[in-house]
Amino acid sequence: MKRPGILGRPSPAEIRPRRVRLPEAWRRPLAVAGGVIALAWIVIAVAAPLLAPHDPLAQDLPRLAPPGAGHWFGTDQLGRDILSRVMYGARVSIPLTLLLVALSVLIGGLLGAAAGYFGRWVGETIMRVADLVFAFPTVILAMVVAAALGASLANAVLAVLVVAWPSYARVTRGLVLGVREREFVLSGRLLGFSAWRSLRVDVLPNVTGPIMVLATLDIGTALLLLSGLSFLGLGAKPPSPEWGAMVASGVEVFDSWWVATFPGLAILTVVLAFNFLGDSLRDALDPRTARAIKERAL
Amino acid sequence: MSPASASSSEPGSGTAAQGPTAPAPRGRTGRGPRGSRRPLARFLARRVAVALLLAVAISLVTFVLTNLVPGDPVAANLGQRALGDPAIVAQWRADHGLDRPLPEQYLLHLEGLLHGDLGMSQQSHRPVRDDLAEFVPATLELAGTAIIISLVLGVAFGVIAALRRDRPSDHVLRLVSLIGISVPTFWLALVAFYVFFFRLQITPGSGRIDPGLSPPPQVTGLYTVDSALAGQWDVFASAVGHLLAPALVLALYTIGLLTRFTRSAVLEVLGQDYVRAARAKGLPGRVVLFRYVLRPALVPIITVAGLAFGSLLSGTVLVEAVFAWPGVGQYAYKSATTLDLPAVMGVGLVVGLVYLVINLVVDVLYGVIDPRVRVS
Repeated sequence: MKRPGILGRPSPAEIRPRRVRLPEAWRRPLAVAGGVIALAWIVIAVAAPLLAPHDPLAQDLPRLAPPGAGHWFGTDQLGRDILSRVMYGARVSIPLTLLLVALSVLIGGLLGAAAGYFGRWVGETIMRVADLVFAFPTVILAMVVAAALGASLANAVLAVLVVAWPSYARVTRGLVLGVREREFVLSGRLLGFSAWRSLRVDVLPNVTGPIMVLATLDIGTALLLLSGLSFLGLGAKPPSPEWGAMVASGVEVFDSWWVATFPGLAILTVVLAFNFLGDSLRDALDPRTARAIKERAL
Repeated sequence: MSPASASSSEPGSGTAAQGPTAPAPRGRTGRGPRGSRRPLARFLARRVAVALLLAVAISLVTFVLTNLVPGDPVAANLGQRALGDPAIVAQWRADHGLDRPLPEQYLLHLEGLLHGDLGMSQQSHRPVRDDLAEFVPATLELAGTAIIISLVLGVAFGVIAALRRDRPSDHVLRLVSLIGISVPTFWLALVAFYVFFFRLQITPGSGRIDPGLSPPPQVTGLYTVDSALAGQWDVFASAVGHLLAPALVLALYTIGLLTRFTRSAVLEVLGQDYVRAARAKGLPGRVVLFRYVLRPALVPIITVAGLAFGSLLSGTVLVEAVFAWPGVGQYAYKSATTLDLPAVMGVGLVVGLVYLVINLVVDVLYGVIDPRVRVS
């Protein structure tokens, strides 16, 4: 899905001096593992109604039954099948996380590109706001925002968005600053491109690679933050089968270990899969591209 | 967003967060006699000035955030019956200064801050300053222990992985560090608590010391230090025991982060010509590693460690909730969910300032290690 977007576009030699063929990168064990796990979760999310053995909300099973033949992951304190809830949980967490990261990329990327391209006071204003967001630890800021907006999953997403966009703004700005003065951009302007067209046609395609790496790695972080807020009771409301909230319900029945363990493992595997993918993606791109992110973020 | 992703791709942001705002006398440092003699002092002064500006900005942001969001502290704090009585509601708003215009509220807030007055918590009915004085040391003790553990293990693992690049140990460490940054902290805390306390009974339970013991006389607020100062070794042992499990859980994420960054930083330096030259002239491996490789590699590592401290402070909210650790995280959570505005502002301010100080320390260390940073 992302292949042509990341590696298929022509780009200036300084940023990506040699092209790496994607199949090579995908053949690495970590990339394969990440891809398989991520794909499996997406299939589970899409096909949960077909795959799940029980209704995730029905409370008609024996309570706190340990994992066994009937219920592979056991049942919770309300007599709900945990396997089914974990499967349906993928429909809650994964799309929301992807949406969250997409929105962060869009908002942070646009603001960062504007800051880098237009410079001066537009850039300064945007970057100072980003700096301020960076001045707070993410969970605490997100917690305050989520609590103030009222506990709900949508507000939790909004809260994570508030803390998520600045890293994209900063990285995009740095990359755009690097590309802005290049000859092909200048010649575009001389040929009569408007600022917006120049930004869209000449600049943005050349900064998407590093941004995509950051976004892939960010999917994991966003999921951790979102489920963390739900764990604290600031996100999903019961009886929604959200993984963070499910782990939280396991705290109440501490000796029934399975109640918290399986939803936690679900979070872990999804985050791990996207971190594997992001890591491999970064290696697949030229190492100098990865370094470009670092250097230009300064 | 969170330091995990932010730092994984931009290890300079600790500096970057403040760099551009610096009222930098561009290009002059180093030329004049004063500049050339004391570039570090000038660098420091500049950084402190920026930090002070940011501190004021942080106070403004905490204020705006807690006031402009559509939460109603009246509804969160008064019961249903009291809410029905407009007189009680108006009285409550007047008592807490909520009936004044916002700019006036901010100025009053700022004036209070300068006198060290953070307001009264609406929940505990105590000054926020006293609440924070009680909870901040607990969190600092936890986060401080965790960052020490992460620095030692993370840097060591990263160096090993770099030196043994593409060998099995490198792959194992890569996997471990990736798992480290992927584990949900709150879940790991729960698993650790269940396995080590509930099942194996190796670690003590929740809290900072055993329930039977009384806290040591307060000097620093850090139980380990205070009990050692007072010579109460049973309290000391208990405090260390209680600290280990949550600190390790908290550290795992930063260990993963630091391992990855140290590895790439060291690898980058290992490829430099001067390292090859040092090896070629027959210097012992240890000398090459510590003098030629680790020192330049330390610059990105320190930046990431500074950012990692921020993520540790975030992680404490979740870990404290599981281990019933009476720190700022728990306090922040309680005050955020009850919309206890003075308390939330106090936490935001203190945590923001701690973060600022860490960034300042990182910047200064940066300047000490890398002379180029001082003059640019």
